Amino acid sequence: MTVIEKNVCCTPSEMSSEAFTLGPLQLGPPCCDPEPHIQIKNLSLSYADKTALSGVSLDIYRGCITALIGPSGCGKTSFLSSLNRLTDMIAGCKIKGEILVDSVNVHAANTDVQALRRRIGMIFQKPNPFPLSIRRNLEMPLKEHGIRDRYVLSHRVEKALTDVGLWDEVKDRLDSPALALSGGQQQRLCIARALVLEPEILLMDEPCSALDPLSSAVVEDLIKSLRGRYTVVIVTHNLAQARRIANYAGFFWMQERTGTLIEFGRCQQIFEAPAHQLTAAYVSGARG
Amino acid sequence: MSRSRTDQPLISVLAISAVIAAAILLLILLFLLRESWPVLNKVGILRFFTDDGWYPLEARFGLAPMLWATLAVGIGAVLVATPLGLAATLFTRFYAPRWLALPFQRMVALLAGIPSVVFGLWGLTVLVPFIAAFEPPGASLLAGILILTIMILPTIALTADAALAAVPEHYLRGSAALGFSRATTILGVLLPAAKAGITGGILLAAARALGETMAVLMVAGNVVQTPTSLFDPIRTLTANIALEMAYATGDHRASLFVSGLMLMGLVLVLAMSASRLGGGRLHG
Amino acid sequence: MDNSHQAYGQLMAWKRDHLMTLFIWLAALMVAGAFLWLLGDLLVHGATHLSWSFLVDAPENAGRAGGIGSIIVSTLLILTVAMLAAVPLGLATAVLLTEFISATSRFGRLIGMSLDVLAGVPSIVFGLFGNVFFSVYLGLGFSILSGGLTLACMALPIFINTAEAGLRAVPDEWRAGAAALGLSRGAALLHILIPAAAPALTAALLLGVGRAMAETAALIFTSGYVDRMPSSLMDSGRALSVHIYDLSMNVAGGDANAYASALILIVLLMIINGIAQSLSEKLLQRRIITA
Repeated sequence: MTVIEKNVCCTPSEMSSEAFTLGPLQLGPPCCDPEPHIQIKNLSLSYADKTALSGVSLDIYRGCITALIGPSGCGKTSFLSSLNRLTDMIAGCKIKGEILVDSVNVHAANTDVQALRRRIGMIFQKPNPFPLSIRRNLEMPLKEHGIRDRYVLSHRVEKALTDVGLWDEVKDRLDSPALALSGGQQQRLCIARALVLEPEILLMDEPCSALDPLSSAVVEDLIKSLRGRYTVVIVTHNLAQARRIANYAGFFWMQERTGTLIEFGRCQQIFEAPAHQLTAAYVSGARG
Repeated sequence: MSRSRTDQPLISVLAISAVIAAAILLLILLFLLRESWPVLNKVGILRFFTDDGWYPLEARFGLAPMLWATLAVGIGAVLVATPLGLAATLFTRFYAPRWLALPFQRMVALLAGIPSVVFGLWGLTVLVPFIAAFEPPGASLLAGILILTIMILPTIALTADAALAAVPEHYLRGSAALGFSRATTILGVLLPAAKAGITGGILLAAARALGETMAVLMVAGNVVQTPTSLFDPIRTLTANIALEMAYATGDHRASLFVSGLMLMGLVLVLAMSASRLGGGRLHG
Repeated sequence: MDNSHQAYGQLMAWKRDHLMTLFIWLAALMVAGAFLWLLGDLLVHGATHLSWSFLVDAPENAGRAGGIGSIIVSTLLILTVAMLAAVPLGLATAVLLTEFISATSRFGRLIGMSLDVLAGVPSIVFGLFGNVFFSVYLGLGFSILSGGLTLACMALPIFINTAEAGLRAVPDEWRAGAAALGLSRGAALLHILIPAAAPALTAALLLGVGRAMAETAALIFTSGYVDRMPSSLMDSGRALSVHIYDLSMNVAGGDANAYASALILIVLLMIINGIAQSLSEKLLQRRIITA
């Protein structure tokens, strides 16, 4: 498939894929010609005693970066976790509404959760490499998903590390502990660990907030380069960052003690011509 | 919580193991009951308290003297060990010079790790002759109390230490701000604040004292009688089981299981109230 | 307030403070004195009889002479049986309690309570139970197997409790990370959680061994007294603690060897507890570094 010329959200220069080995851009129809990848319909989410999120409906478009912004505690992380059913790990967490990934209902009883999570990678706020060697961090998930061939394994490990720009930094010490890496390297390793499974969707929960400014910039560039290849949903408190990297933005806010989606639209529109006055106030720094 | 299909066999294995682990207690109770049933059925539980002596071969099953002895040695040890154990904790926390505090605490922890048979050996060869020099025969209630005291003192000290550590820092600062002396701070503020945990630890230590077998068996003389003085030799319920199990048969054997049940009841009541008070878990 | 009254009050407070200090120091001296007295006796009486041949020779003349070679073999066999039974059962239970069911659920509470109670059961009662259940009911007789299984029941609560604490100390980020990669719970446990908790699990094992090794009363009627070298697990075997008991109570002139055996028992226990403690401290430190 060829790179689509009429893409205006992602300039072709940003999409140069020379550094990439995961293949040419395939997923991305232009962000301006959106095709829904994840459809969320009237989603409500509650914990044992409180409702964290209610009445959220939006489409997340294939190949685009969607940023979720808003103040802390308004349900953005809960929303993100419901997309790959990580909410299952929280006792007493209940979900109403529908989440469809390629028209398959995520929260249906018969969904194969492990296969689903293989398609939807997730990056956490705090880098969480496992207490294993760098190589084992990447190989172990592959092996658990049935890939045993040693040549394939080492090839995929190298690809993933190259894609996150870590290969040159660590190729001589693949067998040293992952926890010995710096914070920024650890986060890039975690992204590589998600990429190594060749997912379609990446969920990122404030991936730069625990990093120093330099590492943060490196990781941000990395995320930007994922555009077009993966469908990325990123929660961030850094409005400037959202503005720099996202094609679409959704603004969450607390209303009547529950988080809800106030406005969703093209990134440029949300930041420059917000329709809702809460959004306008928030992006201009007046509230939150 | 999600249980994907691949995890189901694992969960089954884990659940079966947990049920087995939990069932051990039930199994113990069942088998104790099963073994004591013949004699319980024949003579009834009451005669174990009312019979005038322990002559199981003549069908006289009076456990009362040994029950009294058990209580006497247990309560005696708790009474001695409580002030000493609390003092040991307060010493490491507030009174010891800095260089001494840690070694002292390590020493108490070490004391907790010495097996009861070693205490028994030492009691038998050192403490008993020592007491006998003043008041023969030496092997006595007093020897039992002293040995048990050393054994349960670390339990009291270590649980009290945990309870004191949990007292919020601002209590101490508040007390210091009021210009209270050290003794007032400890007696008036700290100990009351840590009361529940300390009491729990004492009950735990009492349970340990009542359930202890070897050390008491080795130093207390093992004469079946209701103790009337500190220097009387005594026999506890636990020692009785250990001494007679080897040759007991029939009703005699069954009556030993009755005393086991009794002992377990006694200890469990104490242990349960200890854990209710939040004086730490029973183990660890 | 009247001035002399106040001065009197201050004097009383001063007196109380000093009396308290005196009492605490006296008590601490008594505790330390008792400890040193005991330790001194153990060292003096025990160390004089220690030698390499004492460790490896067979006991002679009911233990008065000779060594403790066969006793040590029996002890190790009993401990091995106990741990082989307790560790898989305990680890599985600890994993279930930490990873799969909530501690507040009815099942979780039931298991927790039953283990708490089990921990409080007096050792002589374990001895009675082991005798009737393993030796008689299951027909294992007075054997190393009976004794080891009885000790497994005893050591189970402390093992599970420590293992549980170790698994709970593993950061949740790793659980979430593993789940987000689509790993099964089993894979996450096998590759990440159990290796991460390994120091605590080792500490749990050692504490269990320590508890089992210190035990006497539960062994007298299960693994028995026979001091010969065991030739199978179905043979009776005399544990070190039982040996000490028998030498001091039933054998005139056995005190010297009893002390030497006691010293060995204590040294072994100190090593085991020491390693267990440093392992749990190490785990704690690593938690701080990664947190």
